[in-house]
Amino acid sequence: MTYLENIGAYFLMVIEMFRKPTKWAVMKTLILKDIDDLIIGSIGIVAFISFFVGGVVTIQTALNITNPLIPQYLVGFATRQSVILEFAPTFISIIMAGKVGSFITSSIGSMRVTEQIDALEVMGINAINYLVFPKFIALMLYPFVISIAMFLGILGGLAACVYGGFTSMDDYIIGIQTDFIPFHIIYAFAKTVVFAFVLATVPSFYGYFMKGGALEVGKASTTSFVWTSVIIILLNYILTQLLLS
Amino acid sequence: MIVVENLEKSFGDVKILKGISTSFEKGKTNLIIGQSGSGKTVFLKCLLGLFTPDSGIISYDGKIYSELSDNEKRDLRADMGMVFQGGALFDSMTIEENVMFPLRMFTKQNKSEMQDRVNVVLKRVNLPDAHKKMPSEASGGMQKRVAIARAIVNNPKYLFCDEPNSGLDPKTAIVVDNLIQEITQEYGMITMINSHDMNSVMEIGEKIIFLRNGIKEWEGTSDDVFKTDNEALTDFVYSSNLFKKVRAAQLKENK
Repeated sequence: MTYLENIGAYFLMVIEMFRKPTKWAVMKTLILKDIDDLIIGSIGIVAFISFFVGGVVTIQTALNITNPLIPQYLVGFATRQSVILEFAPTFISIIMAGKVGSFITSSIGSMRVTEQIDALEVMGINAINYLVFPKFIALMLYPFVISIAMFLGILGGLAACVYGGFTSMDDYIIGIQTDFIPFHIIYAFAKTVVFAFVLATVPSFYGYFMKGGALEVGKASTTSFVWTSVIIILLNYILTQLLLS
Repeated sequence: MIVVENLEKSFGDVKILKGISTSFEKGKTNLIIGQSGSGKTVFLKCLLGLFTPDSGIISYDGKIYSELSDNEKRDLRADMGMVFQGGALFDSMTIEENVMFPLRMFTKQNKSEMQDRVNVVLKRVNLPDAHKKMPSEASGGMQKRVAIARAIVNNPKYLFCDEPNSGLDPKTAIVVDNLIQEITQEYGMITMINSHDMNSVMEIGEKIIFLRNGIKEWEGTSDDVFKTDNEALTDFVYSSNLFKKVRAAQLKENK
């Protein structure tokens, strides 16, 4: 398929996702399973990465502030801004494109290879709604994961700052409270919701429309990761331009 | 009754089905045979509605598939059961959940009613104690029988089987063949089987359609296969020395 055909097929898949809904009793189970797989299952790695990257951001900032005229609380301020505006929503989404995206593509792709999707279609089930919609709903809880990432990123920064001896806890806390703009949180969560949609649908697209065998499932997972990341980066630029400039 | 008229299907410039016409009757086991690439699977997938034919008509008990609305097509598909070549069992579900799946999707039965029905069909396919196993824990023969159980659990009118014997040992293959034939008669279904297995052709083929290069080369019963003078069919059916000897003996006996 050419790029243009792929884009068309993607949007048709998105429309199909909302048509002919699966019975609620079945859908409920699928949504809960996907919440467990995609959201709960990601909290550990997100928490680990957020805490340590928050710490690294703080150390880098502190080490680069050499001018004695710059107040020490700037370390906390810079960490908060980096974590809330970019690190948590965007950087974590790229990591999720690898973790969750590959999982979605390979699980749907394996179902395609083993004719399980054909089996659903033969039964008269809207396979796209059955497979993709629960992932989309589950990933609507993604802002919850990002809020954990924000909290742990700032906490990691605090730990690095205090235990590394870069600045005092008081200065750091003053920093994270300085010039706080509540709209930045709205901006971050607006991005997160858009990225969640991309994380649910783009890997599903590559899994659902894949052709071939086990080797192609692996290739589809890689392609899915690349394109999900590219789309997230592009949307990040567009949304930042629209919401912050 | 399923009636197929002048069915054609191409992929790009390659014409796979070239005007196939035939019909399938209730309570009969119909076998579609032919070499790899002859169009058997495409034909079956057109009947299932997984592929849209380029031209031609497929009607199910008088209802022309291409003229049905989306909801009518969905209802019709609920009357179809399919046994895929690899079983196509949902690997995240137990055997019991796999068999129960069509009931959960299409009926309003409560849990105990569904459980009863699953017990009946699993017993019918000789798997009364396999409920809690995962498909990966089942042998090839068991997986095929679970696939049959899942296909018949909702009392379908039409049963489609894509090479149900592939990968099975001869003894298990006979068990699966007999099971399909018995169920077809018991449930009064129209059963269509894609097969390469000549044993199946001779044992359970009440009607046999031989496809060659996308056209219907021959149609008849298993008895007719012995008497046919169609060279392409005899070449295909009696390609092994064993079957050649069987045929020679049969013809000698008939004289």
